[in-house]
Amino acid sequence: MSLAQRRLVSWHLYVAVGALALGASMGPLQALEHMGIDLYRYVPFLASYYQGLSLHGVLNVLVWTTFFISGFLTFVTSATLRRPLYSLRLGWLAWGLMTVGVVMAGWAMLTNQATVLFTSYPPLKGHPAYYFGLTLLVVGTWLVSANLFLTWRQWRREHPTERTPLGAFGALVTFVMWDLASVGLAVESLLMLIPMSLGTVEGTDPVLARAFFWFTGHPIVYFWLLPAYVSWYSMVPKQAGGKLFSDPLARLALLLFIPFSIPVGLHHQFTDPGIAQGWKMVHAALTFVVFFPSAMTAFTLLASLENAGRARGARGWFDWFFRLPWRDPSVAAQLFAMILFALGGISGIINASYNLNLMVHNTAWVPGHFHLTVGSGVTLTFMGISYWLIPYLTGRRLWSPKAALVQAWTWFIGMLIFGRGMHWLGLLGAPRRTMLGAATYAQLRPDWALPSVLVGVGGVILAVSLYLYLVQIVATLFFSREPAQVEVPEAEAVSGPEHAPFWFERWRLWVGAAVGLAALGYVPTLVDLLTRFTPVPGLRVW
Amino acid sequence: MQIDRYERRWMVLTAVTLAVLFVAVMGSVLGAGIQVPGIDGQVDPRALASTPPFDRPGLRELGPGRYEATIVAFIWAYSPNEIRVPAGSTVTFTLTSRDVVHGFRILDTPVNTMVIPGQVARVTHTFTRPDTYLFVCHEYCGVNHHTMYGRIIVE
Ligand code: HEM
Ligand SMILES: [Cu+2]
Ligand SMILES: [Cu+2]
Repeated sequence: MSLAQRRLVSWHLYVAVGALALGASMGPLQALEHMGIDLYRYVPFLASYYQGLSLHGVLNVLVWTTFFISGFLTFVTSATLRRPLYSLRLGWLAWGLMTVGVVMAGWAMLTNQATVLFTSYPPLKGHPAYYFGLTLLVVGTWLVSANLFLTWRQWRREHPTERTPLGAFGALVTFVMWDLASVGLAVESLLMLIPMSLGTVEGTDPVLARAFFWFTGHPIVYFWLLPAYVSWYSMVPKQAGGKLFSDPLARLALLLFIPFSIPVGLHHQFTDPGIAQGWKMVHAALTFVVFFPSAMTAFTLLASLENAGRARGARGWFDWFFRLPWRDPSVAAQLFAMILFALGGISGIINASYNLNLMVHNTAWVPGHFHLTVGSGVTLTFMGISYWLIPYLTGRRLWSPKAALVQAWTWFIGMLIFGRGMHWLGLLGAPRRTMLGAATYAQLRPDWALPSVLVGVGGVILAVSLYLYLVQIVATLFFSREPAQVEVPEAEAVSGPEHAPFWFERWRLWVGAAVGLAALGYVPTLVDLLTRFTPVPGLRVW
Repeated sequence: MQIDRYERRWMVLTAVTLAVLFVAVMGSVLGAGIQVPGIDGQVDPRALASTPPFDRPGLRELGPGRYEATIVAFIWAYSPNEIRVPAGSTVTFTLTSRDVVHGFRILDTPVNTMVIPGQVARVTHTFTRPDTYLFVCHEYCGVNHHTMYGRIIVE
């Protein structure tokens, strides 16, 4: 890959890691606060717990992910198609827009003018720069996807009969899904949030805004997840010393996310008044359907890892698991990510279950769940990827593979303890997004004390892990002198791509199915909410 | 496309498990009557003072053992924030918000709803045993969000 293109990808990763550095640093503060240790008074730039939480949510879950994904999938597309990006300039333009957006939103948050948390629910009213900034971030991702599609189209012209390599295929699926899904956020932002924050309308309708937000807000989790799947399917089997079990099934699992990921967003609004119970139930049913491709992924990955273990000499039923290259930090991180993700998937079924959701909705259970999924399944996978990708891009060997291994272990252990604490707190009814240590009612609930200690202890272990990761990246960039010998891992498959039907790559078919299902799932609810539009004036409450 | 024998079994097993789980959930909706909030009306959040029933928040007896509790949420409290009912009462909570989005979660019960300005939320629960139940705001509603709670005293 050309130096110029490596530089483009690297800069995506730098912004990603920078955002994680600031955003995730808030995490231990929050965890310790839950345990009753308030360190906020020592952090001069934070006016409140909630300002820190806004930074934590936005920088981790919107900025770290978006930049890592854009960089990684750009890399994967170009590397597996074995051709340069369609336009480097377009690539830098996208990066520039996204970065300007992050600076705007970050400035508003750091000056306490947008303490609205990452969901930005109106009528909370932040500084316009915040909403403009996040909008630019989304627009940037559209440019990234345009670039990848144009690159693919050039490749397709030269290879009219070949199957797209699995890595590039996964990258395209991710962006097709995301381009459709992000329309909700764009509409909310342009027609509701920005006019509200500029004061050009008298107010906006909070439920309608929530419906648009969650139209994007659920599929966005697959935007985070699919790049991890791309790595698990198309790279990890090779890194582990084996073969992917089935390439066509991997493709099918990825594809199913395009139609099924979008019409499920109402499951985040089960407890919202103003939305019909019947439509909530339809989304609940579809949520169970979208669980299916993840279950397929679990099977295909286990079979592939078993294949790898056996290739490394394993016998018997379970020996293969221990024969995997656990000493390779990139592999270990991703295996831990898979295990934590599986646990998160199980608590996700509870969230999705229409009325069981009442026990956990908006409690600490929910952040417990998504730290296992996006905070571990995705984040720890991205960390694992960066352990080979950054050496590849910079030509410098990892500063300390041993520290990287410790990092993976500590994230795993820390997250198990933290996740256990949060889920438990949630079952006891502790609300999320709440400065629990200072809550006036917390003394009335002595049963919250023990799980809060787990949250605090897990948080400290996670902090160690986070800083090991950040030190690793910085030290690799500045102090690692030895040159790296890295190959891009590309797994072969037991059942290869030639078995995949060609209509898997008829993008129009999948887009059509997705648009149809999304319309079915959403149009009646949106029309109903529009006819009952009730504007509520924006308010600053921090 | 060829699908491996084990993979096919796994897919069938997954589909059956998910279907069973979904049917179980629906069974509890119909059987135990546990309902999530639905469409229960709208109000102008700026005119609550003149919109019944929110002009007079509080507890009202509807019949023997049946009550309606009208609660207005605002930054950073509920009005009223204390309700007393006898054990065995079935209470319908009718809520709305005067300003931003709040939450309403009665701890140790399945009662859980968002309280959204402009919308009326209605949830019902039967309190069988005497106890003090806390209800807390579980949606970020500003810098004193963690001070927003109330209690239901079941005597
Ligand atoms: C050092 C590791 C981390 C720790 C100790 C930590 C801790 C926490 C805690 C205690 C909360 C709950 C705050 C509350 O509900 O009041 C929270 C919320 C959250 N965390 Fe983390 N976190 C960490 C890393 C991450 C990562 C890597 C991500 C995502 C990539 C993430 C995403 C989030 C999000 C989206 C929220 C919810 C914010 C909201 O409700 O508005 N966290 N975190
Ligand atoms: Cu509140
Ligand atoms: Cu609140």
